[in-house]
Amino acid sequence: MSDPNASVSAAAPETVETETYRGSSLPPEASTEKPRSLWSDAWRELRSSKIFILSAILIFFFLIMTFFPNLLTFGKDPYTCDLKLSRQGPSSTAWFGYDNNGCDVYTRTIYGAKASILVGVFATAFAMLVGGFVGVIAGFFGGWVDSILSRVTDIFFGIPLLLGGILVLSSFPSTDNANLYSEVGKVVLALGILGWTSMTRIMRSSVIQVRNADFVIAARALGATSGRIIRKHVVPNSLAPLIVVATISLGGYIGAEATLSFLGLGLQPPVISWGTMINDAQPYIRVAPFMLFFPAIFLSVAVLSFIMLGDAVREALDPKLR
Amino acid sequence: MSEHLLDVDDLYVEFRTRDGVAEAINGVSYTLDAGETLAVLGESGSGKSVTAQTIMGILDMPPGFITGGRILYNGKDLLTMPESERQKIRGAEIAMIFQDSLSALNPVFTVGDQIAEMFQVHRGMSKKEGMAKAVDLMEQVRIPGAKERVKDYPHQFSGGMRQRIMIAMAISLDPKVLIADEPTTALDVTVQAQIMDLLQDLQRERNMGMILITHDLGVVAGVADKIAVMYAGRIVESANVWDLYAKPAHPYTQGLLDSMPRVDSKGEELYAIKGLPPSLLALPPGCNFNPRCPHRRDKCVHEVPPTEEVAEDHTAACFFWKEVARG
Amino acid sequence: MGRYTIRRLLQMIPVVIGTTFIIYAMVWALPGDPFVGKCGDRPCPASYIAEMRAKFNLDDSLPVQYGKYLWNLLQGNFGESFSGRTVWSEIAQAFPVTFRLALIAIIIEIVIGISAGVLAALNRGGFWDNLILVSTLIVISIPVFVIGFLAQFTFGIKLAWFPPTVGPNATIYELILPAFVLASLSLAYVARLMRGNLAENLRADYVRTATSKGLSRRRVIGRHAVRNSLIPVVTFIGADFGALLGGAIVTEGIFNIRGIGGLLYLSIRTREGATVVGVVTVLVLVFLLVNLLVDILYGAIDPRIRYE
Ligand SMILES: Nc1ncnc2c1ncn2[C@@H]1O[C@H](COP(=O)(O)OP(=O)(O)O)[C@@H](O)[C@H]1O
Ligand SMILES: [Mg+2]
Repeated sequence: MSDPNASVSAAAPETVETETYRGSSLPPEASTEKPRSLWSDAWRELRSSKIFILSAILIFFFLIMTFFPNLLTFGKDPYTCDLKLSRQGPSSTAWFGYDNNGCDVYTRTIYGAKASILVGVFATAFAMLVGGFVGVIAGFFGGWVDSILSRVTDIFFGIPLLLGGILVLSSFPSTDNANLYSEVGKVVLALGILGWTSMTRIMRSSVIQVRNADFVIAARALGATSGRIIRKHVVPNSLAPLIVVATISLGGYIGAEATLSFLGLGLQPPVISWGTMINDAQPYIRVAPFMLFFPAIFLSVAVLSFIMLGDAVREALDPKLR
Repeated sequence: MSEHLLDVDDLYVEFRTRDGVAEAINGVSYTLDAGETLAVLGESGSGKSVTAQTIMGILDMPPGFITGGRILYNGKDLLTMPESERQKIRGAEIAMIFQDSLSALNPVFTVGDQIAEMFQVHRGMSKKEGMAKAVDLMEQVRIPGAKERVKDYPHQFSGGMRQRIMIAMAISLDPKVLIADEPTTALDVTVQAQIMDLLQDLQRERNMGMILITHDLGVVAGVADKIAVMYAGRIVESANVWDLYAKPAHPYTQGLLDSMPRVDSKGEELYAIKGLPPSLLALPPGCNFNPRCPHRRDKCVHEVPPTEEVAEDHTAACFFWKEVARG
Repeated sequence: MGRYTIRRLLQMIPVVIGTTFIIYAMVWALPGDPFVGKCGDRPCPASYIAEMRAKFNLDDSLPVQYGKYLWNLLQGNFGESFSGRTVWSEIAQAFPVTFRLALIAIIIEIVIGISAGVLAALNRGGFWDNLILVSTLIVISIPVFVIGFLAQFTFGIKLAWFPPTVGPNATIYELILPAFVLASLSLAYVARLMRGNLAENLRADYVRTATSKGLSRRRVIGRHAVRNSLIPVVTFIGADFGALLGGAIVTEGIFNIRGIGGLLYLSIRTREGATVVGVVTVLVLVFLLVNLLVDILYGAIDPRIRYE
């Protein structure tokens, strides 16, 4: 998974379709009840889903790696390396072997989680906030506002994520004193700038479906302001598809970060990430495949966890599948 | 026992779903002869369509399971017949018209194409011959400008015209049995009458046996020879039209008749049957109708009423039919 | 339909202008010195910088710069790289290779993806369905470059069924393995999408009608259900084309293919701004055109869509 756009477009047809149950023919009481019962029903459904439990456990482990990596590395430091050990294979002292510089691959793989997870979370948050906001405005107000915003979205949508990411990152100056947060920020920006459009499209279409629901019309008739209607009625009732797509995209962004880092454009050393580790390992694929193998496994499992989580959430939020 | 064209005998169908087993058909029997129109009447959810689908062999299996009974067509049991043999009967000898013609026709093929397919598949004709036949049929069902419209797509027709296309497709191979599942429910009242007239004409011309499924008593009166009333997957009463209208012997039938608006009942409040149809997941014990029945006794809650002969060719499944029939 | 196409082409103009502007702005207007590393390890001589700044109009304001760039673009002039070759000649040389690669990948994606989806939908809940669901999920989760290395290592080096890298002629045979890698992700999505659509359509009323006409199961599925399920798949393949182009950069890098992706990869490494912009612009244009094409095709296979 190297392109969240792909995951989004794959998810989109289903999600959009399944949203028809929010038809405007619902009686007002049923509709105002909707958010609470929809979410609590979904939560009940989720707790009994094996896929959800499996992905939640995996994600829990990745979060430990992100915030408390030393718990899992028994206090070893990822930057303490010994050139004498260069490219030694897995053993009982170094489960995943040593890389070219004689650094412990296991320790680095654990520490590598942080950059990947942070990029995934922040890029998703960025895209969700910007995309969600634009989508709500375009969908709710319609008319010329919608026309303008939709054209702007089209323009950004015309640039495939990976190509855009390459452009943004290749024009950034590469600094010598790269630190984790500036590097992560740079990649988040590159992915977020192009990733928000798919979120906009999803949000816009689900807002349009809610906009003319009876309970919104009723609220308007009672004199509620647009801001209040959006906050109280429209957003809670149209959020479900966005959340599903965002969860799946999170995995996609992690993959995209790794791809960019692999191209030498994403995170730069000394920041450790799975992508940079794979990039480092690339020349030695024949002699030391384990250098590539372990970070690749962690990366894939992380992406998989978020995709599975998204799938579970979608199933829980979609009454038609019950 | 004389042989009928179609003989549904003690049919049982259930749906095994996540929420439990829904007992949709619980011992349905009816017969149909050539040239005869049988109306199957009942509230929605009473199992009319499922019975028809079982006859056609288009039941969703799973979740549907046929757990008992036979369906004899010219004396041969459709349910035990090999699939290849059944395919030859389906569409060619027993054909069906559905309620919602928009979703029942394939949106990506022209209507001509869909009619012609019958001739291509069953008669081995070429596409061109099939299309010529399609034009013929569209003329027979009185579609204006059939020659030009044969290449149009379903969504380009009005509801009434589309239903005519469905009819043309169903009668294309001169079936012996035509099942019409609420053929007019989705249409405007004026169009409804035209479609019913058309069906009746076609049935007479071709001497077909027709099963007309409806929940609308008004549609039935002028068209049907006999009526079977369904409730919760059972036939609760069956008779020829006049007997049933004159002397209903089941409280449910009586309720249905009373809830029908009449020309002479202006101003009077319409009678409505109390309560809701039962859940098929948990049918009430005894007589399924007992919770809504004005004639209910203890017996109704404990025992299932057998189907009794009320008069000649008139049966009802009620312990107290005599009391009911007296009014 | 002709009218519709023209209107869509006209509508594309503002999108193309907007998109190329963003691309241009990203490359030239972001902070950072475009001449870093151009002159070896030393900073470039002032005369060289002045010459280059003039050549790329870097002293004009951004809109003016962009205007000049667009004007050149309209005349088919994509500019020159720092090394003095015209960007257009570089693109023209690399394009056919990528075109071939993408074409093979799309064929693989369509044939295998759709077959797998049909197989899964017809055996819902069965062995094949679960196998296809699990394997596509795994493919979706593994980034393309990892799949690329795995494939190169397994089929190119260990088993030696295919050449591990592609030579300058890029023959079809050499391109098969990279095309599989490139197609893998989309293939997985196509399979899942097809499975979902078909499973849903198999329960549609018109499929039931087709059965009631006495058609064989084969004909019901093949002619009625599958045909309708293909419609969203075609749209997906168009929308996914951008991901395919992105994937081509990675795949071409791994298999050493001298296509557009390889050119872009090289230009990024050597900071050839003009080439990067040129290549990305071309790719974006191709992407937009493919989407237009898909929209038109969409109308051809779904008569309900009308071009008014
Ligand atoms: N595919 C199915 N899956 C589960 N239940 C079904 C299915 N088809 C019909 N049923 C159930 O069978 C009952 C009878 O349905 P039907 O024959 O369609 O009623 P009607 O008399 O309105 O035509 C309904 O209560 C419905 O819930
Ligand atoms: Mg029905």
